[in-house]
Amino acid sequence: MQTRALYSRRTTLATLAGGAAILMAAPAVALNASQARSLVDDLTAEVMRVINSGKTGAPMYREFESVFAKYADVPIIARSTLGVTWRSASSSQKKAYVAAFRGYMARKYGKRFKEFIGSDIKVTGSRKEKSFYVVDSTVRLAGTSPFQVNWLVSDKSGKDLMFNLVIEGINMLRSEREEIGLMLDKNGGNVDKLITALKKAG
Amino acid sequence: MYHLPENHLVRENFLASGPVHWVRTAGLACVVALGLMACSAPSPDQEFYDPLEKQNRVVHSFNKTIDKALISPAAGVYGTIIPDPAKRAVVNVANNLTMPNRLVNSVLQLNVEGTVETTFRFAINTILGIGGIFDVATAIGLPDTDTDFGETLHKWNVGEGAYVELPLFGSSTARDTVGLVADILLLDPLDHILEPNADPYRSAVWVLDKLGDRNRYDDVVDDVLYNSPDSYVTQRSFYLQSRRFRLNKKLSIEDLEDPYAN
Repeated sequence: MQTRALYSRRTTLATLAGGAAILMAAPAVALNASQARSLVDDLTAEVMRVINSGKTGAPMYREFESVFAKYADVPIIARSTLGVTWRSASSSQKKAYVAAFRGYMARKYGKRFKEFIGSDIKVTGSRKEKSFYVVDSTVRLAGTSPFQVNWLVSDKSGKDLMFNLVIEGINMLRSEREEIGLMLDKNGGNVDKLITALKKAG
Repeated sequence: MYHLPENHLVRENFLASGPVHWVRTAGLACVVALGLMACSAPSPDQEFYDPLEKQNRVVHSFNKTIDKALISPAAGVYGTIIPDPAKRAVVNVANNLTMPNRLVNSVLQLNVEGTVETTFRFAINTILGIGGIFDVATAIGLPDTDTDFGETLHKWNVGEGAYVELPLFGSSTARDTVGLVADILLLDPLDHILEPNADPYRSAVWVLDKLGDRNRYDDVVDDVLYNSPDSYVTQRSFYLQSRRFRLNKKLSIEDLEDPYAN
């Protein structure tokens, strides 16, 4: 009896101490993780608004492009997809590439978004991993099993911005890097030709 | 945004419409030999291990030809003429028919939860769902977790081995090819439970289900096959990324890079 009381008292103390430690430690981390989460909340809300707006084609792609520009770190995504070639590109090529890439993404993914009419995206959590934040979400679409989308957010640009997303394990940044690499190969490694091709692709 | 619920695109939807019997006649010995050869090979996490790329590319262009000439148009017709409730019923029946095989694999994986869920799912949908036509189990909140012998081998610590593209069945790995053959030839209890004359109906449901998938994910499949710079590479990448995700059941943090760090 006495042992049990002691044990339970000790447990309570440990819990209190642990809880206090968490409370003290929490704000710094939680603030950022919740900022990351609210960025994704806003982003998905805007994406859903565009999807359900009834717009199609070029007007819809233009809206996506502005949402994309507002919430995603387009320059870093573009730079990363170009790989080592980025370093050897001139500054005007870099600028042209980022602009072409932004339009390409808006068309490519915008086309796909029509499948999400009437779907529901729920943000389920966010946490710090490595040097960035991972925001988890579940997408429910009529007639299919729910699937997982993870949004990667970083503040290294000076603002909280999304720089990658992973859909059921498929890493967008990695996949785009592969595709851009192949497009570059097809254009004989010529960045100007790649930019021209990119303006038509997606 | 790619629309890839549960890895449907590459593992199940893609070009997977050969009748069940096709595999029964396919050389088991050859596949086992391939498995022994390739399963033991190393599979680094980041890179895709593809020593059979040359042969795989031949199969890939064969699959694309079949898709363009046959599967894609047939799926379009299926999508247009079959009313949605009937499509739903096909998906449900096909799904329900996979439950006994999933059950066997759940047992082999010592997965108690999966075994119980799959048993209830099969019982509920077969009885209350009238032979699986209605998915009552999902409606009452019973999760639908897919599994196969490839996953069982994964749980038994068999490495993924070489990437393989199979005729008609599409993307796979050495391990998952062995798994696929085992599932079809050896493990499915329905082979012993159902009358042999039920086989054509099973095959028909399976084919219709695959056509439905091909139709439903038409945009994404077309993007991969016909609008990408190299469909072989894109398909391989999507398949392996999503298959690994499914088997590990979580995001692989070490695979996530920080582009700001470079």
